[in-house]
Amino acid sequence: MNFAVLQFPGTNREQDAVHILKNVLGHSANLVWHKQESLGNVDAVIVPGGFSYGDYLRTGAVARFSPIMQDVQRFAASGGHVLGICNGFQILCEAGLLPGALVRNKSLQFRCEHVFLKTATRNSPFTAKIPEGTLMRVPIAHGEGCYFADEKTLNDLKVKDQILWQYSDAKGGLTETANPNGSLWNIAGVLNESRNVAGLMPHPENASEPLLGSADGRAVFESLVHSLANRANFQPA
Amino acid sequence: MATTLQDPPITPELIQKHGLTPDEYGRIKGILGRDPNYTELGIFSVMWSEHCSYKNTRLLLKGFPTKSEKILVGAGEENAGIIDIGDGLAIAFKIESHNHPSAVEPFQGAATGVGGIIRDIFTMGARPVAALNSLRFGELTNPEVRRLFAGVVSGIAHYGNCFGIPTLCGEVYFDKTYEGNPLVNAFCLGVLRHEQIARGAAKGIGNPVFYVGPATGRDGLAGAAFASQDLTEESAEQQRGAVQVGDPFMEKLVMEACLELLATGAVAGIQDMGAAGLTCSTCETAARANTGIEIDLAKVPQRAPNMTPYEIMLSESQERMLIIVKRGREAEVQKIFDKWDLPWAEIGFVTDTGRMVVKNNGSGVADIPAKNLADEAPIYQRESREPAYMKAVREFTLNGITDTTDPTADLSQLLAWPTIASKNWVYRQYDYLVRDNTIVPPGSDAAVLRIKEDSLPPLPNGQKAPAFAEKFIALSVDCNAVYVYLDPYEGGKIAVAECARNLACSGATPLGTTDNLNFANPHNPELFYQLRKSVEGLAEGCRAFNAPVTGGNVSLYNQSPAGPIDPTPTVAMVGLIEKSEHITTQWFKAEGDVIILLGDAIDADDPLQGLGGSAYLQLIRGEKTGLPPRVDLVKEKNLHDTLRNLIRAGLVKSAHDCSEGGLAVALAESCISNHRARGTDTLFGANIDLTSINSSRIDALLFGETQSRIVISVAPSNGDKVIAQAKTSGVPAVQIGEVAGSRLSIKTKMMSIDAPVEELHDQWWNSIGRAMAST
Repeated sequence: MNFAVLQFPGTNREQDAVHILKNVLGHSANLVWHKQESLGNVDAVIVPGGFSYGDYLRTGAVARFSPIMQDVQRFAASGGHVLGICNGFQILCEAGLLPGALVRNKSLQFRCEHVFLKTATRNSPFTAKIPEGTLMRVPIAHGEGCYFADEKTLNDLKVKDQILWQYSDAKGGLTETANPNGSLWNIAGVLNESRNVAGLMPHPENASEPLLGSADGRAVFESLVHSLANRANFQPA
Repeated sequence: MATTLQDPPITPELIQKHGLTPDEYGRIKGILGRDPNYTELGIFSVMWSEHCSYKNTRLLLKGFPTKSEKILVGAGEENAGIIDIGDGLAIAFKIESHNHPSAVEPFQGAATGVGGIIRDIFTMGARPVAALNSLRFGELTNPEVRRLFAGVVSGIAHYGNCFGIPTLCGEVYFDKTYEGNPLVNAFCLGVLRHEQIARGAAKGIGNPVFYVGPATGRDGLAGAAFASQDLTEESAEQQRGAVQVGDPFMEKLVMEACLELLATGAVAGIQDMGAAGLTCSTCETAARANTGIEIDLAKVPQRAPNMTPYEIMLSESQERMLIIVKRGREAEVQKIFDKWDLPWAEIGFVTDTGRMVVKNNGSGVADIPAKNLADEAPIYQRESREPAYMKAVREFTLNGITDTTDPTADLSQLLAWPTIASKNWVYRQYDYLVRDNTIVPPGSDAAVLRIKEDSLPPLPNGQKAPAFAEKFIALSVDCNAVYVYLDPYEGGKIAVAECARNLACSGATPLGTTDNLNFANPHNPELFYQLRKSVEGLAEGCRAFNAPVTGGNVSLYNQSPAGPIDPTPTVAMVGLIEKSEHITTQWFKAEGDVIILLGDAIDADDPLQGLGGSAYLQLIRGEKTGLPPRVDLVKEKNLHDTLRNLIRAGLVKSAHDCSEGGLAVALAESCISNHRARGTDTLFGANIDLTSINSSRIDALLFGETQSRIVISVAPSNGDKVIAQAKTSGVPAVQIGEVAGSRLSIKTKMMSIDAPVEELHDQWWNSIGRAMAST
């Protein structure tokens, strides 16, 4: 597979994404500078974490105007797979590719810690290979990861099976104490309606090798690779 | 030299206000052969401040060991030292203080402290890949202290997280002595290939000098001079303008652009504009290369209107770099900085005059011999006298102190004491995972970082570097300043010994040390004594562990109106672990494992049995006195070597050193510190039997801080083998119990500790969070 990993000024987890795709999983992954106008011939796009444009104005608010984002819009509209991680998730929400918004953590502080994620649906290219009934132990590292959407949007997400991951405790309970940032419904990641664009606040790429304490996050990338390879078709619920 | 209309006349008062003595002024006149103008006076005052010149400490610093076969760039040569780690790779690291700015404006003060040290590292051509910090505050019961603490931590988080550097470990102590004068020491480590080392030298006559980064403003005016005065309430208020404002986003761009530029080979020299800004970077680069430099201030990007030459030369606006470019290759610089949308300007050129010439629109505003300015600050041998309080310290005995009656309660209190309690409230605000190399995150004795291909700076286009096996770097930062206060020499030795012990517990062999000497006013002989003796202790320690000093920082005048701080020579040490299998953490791993104490339980030669200066004596008995424990460096080194051999033989499952709170706290931490995820910890109980250990005092046995002790756990089948191997190496070793159940139970001849580990964990894990919730 050939992945494009976007690089905005202030992106800081682009190498983390390249490392998991290239060195751990053995695919091709190249950085694409935000001023480029074309993604080139790629199978999928990763919008990695960081502080694009220093998070000035609002997280992700400036990055969505970068030249490359036009081609990302085109790519997504034509069914291409796009995964936004952390700041990438924020950018995709700002760009209107994903529903909802990410606001300041309820604690008003940055949080870096491992959390448990419950996979809410395996009916997506990003979750299909996550073993059923398992939780993923992956880290978060963000100051503005509180998922927010109006009630109608939330209900639509539920009805259309677009909630991908939720923060849980070690037993899978969606409790308030397990929620690190105050996200509505403990939502950690969502999918668009046509099921080809996803975003999540946690960092599966930082939990993809046993040496790093957890390899649970690898299943997200393996799901994506598998779906691309098999041209898997995920229908809206 | 021209004097502009708005320049004030040079009067004795103005000279004094610039922190220069009449003698020093005379020296300046001698160098110039005339009176300096106002701009030149400002330039000399910052360059000859303690912060830039080390004029009060240079003689002492000569006592540090600074050489080893692995050192590629030594202490004092450049902006940071560099050490070979094999396979053509090297690391650059340094620690630096931002104490006074943080006292005045905690958020920006701490943030720019991080920014400054990161610049020192990428100036060397290295990619910054790890940050640490060492912090000191007053007691958290004081709301003002809580404000400073919260501000400093969020400032560090703001800068490091946005820049994209993992903040991997640190230490925080709380003691009344730091009320009003907190300490903020920031450390950065970078990685590079040997051939990528960049130099801060203005080489090549005629080469153009570039200014890169954001425009110069009035912020941080004369910060270096501010840092070299006693901190008073008045100075704090007045000097708020001396605190810089940081922009980590800008620094990230500047760093990436500089590393990309260095890869082209178009750079002849590079230096960041840190303390003393444009002044320091121009005169130091010229002095290092034995050249001269000429710049025109009219060409310097400025963000405030009508800035005077004095202000431009002394501004400490952040994220700026000075780059000397090989003539003819200017376009490459422009191309890269335009790509990153960064401001740049060509502001001057290298000369052969040996002089630092500053013009403003063509007319001269300063003309100073660069070498005299950079290297010939006066050097002082300050008077030193043993402090009067030392007599009472030496005379302190345990006679009036009855033994403990409730060790379980003591342990619980010690674990909740903010200095000992878990620092998760702090480090959960730092991104300690970015760059995907964090093997051991904050919360163990030492952090461990992986070095892989993308840890390195970029190579020239198309060039492929030879592959190398991943390497692992262990980092620790330590200083028990109470020990240093009570016995500066022994305390200095212990600071190094503890740091080395932490590295050994992680499986690492020390490579080098960087230190941050935080002291009070050097003109006071009693305070200078603390400085002199503790530097001797540090030097002795660094020699013993073959961990030479590669650079560091001196911060003097740390005192508030309430008095001087405890002398705090912070030590950060870096070590290497060759194989991932050797990486070891402090927490117990499995039920049934055997727990072994390496080292003597109590130092028989210490009349205070390890209780002098201990956390127990301070917290439970309200006594901050007594001679601290002694450390025998030969014994200590042998302990570390033995532990490393056991680790390499695959025999050790956990290793944790005994420090504040002694054996009982070390055992408790081994039970409760394996944090798996939010709200999820793997807790182990332990049955410990100390009845075979002779001790006249139970408090000394449980909470005494006798040095050179490490608690390890091993598989039951390996227990006898490990004990035998340790003893063969001359290290006392005794099995003291096993990992079992859900309670920590410690039996002694007279009394016992017995508590559910869940309760101990709650005390330890949540203590600081609870104190901060009362803000």
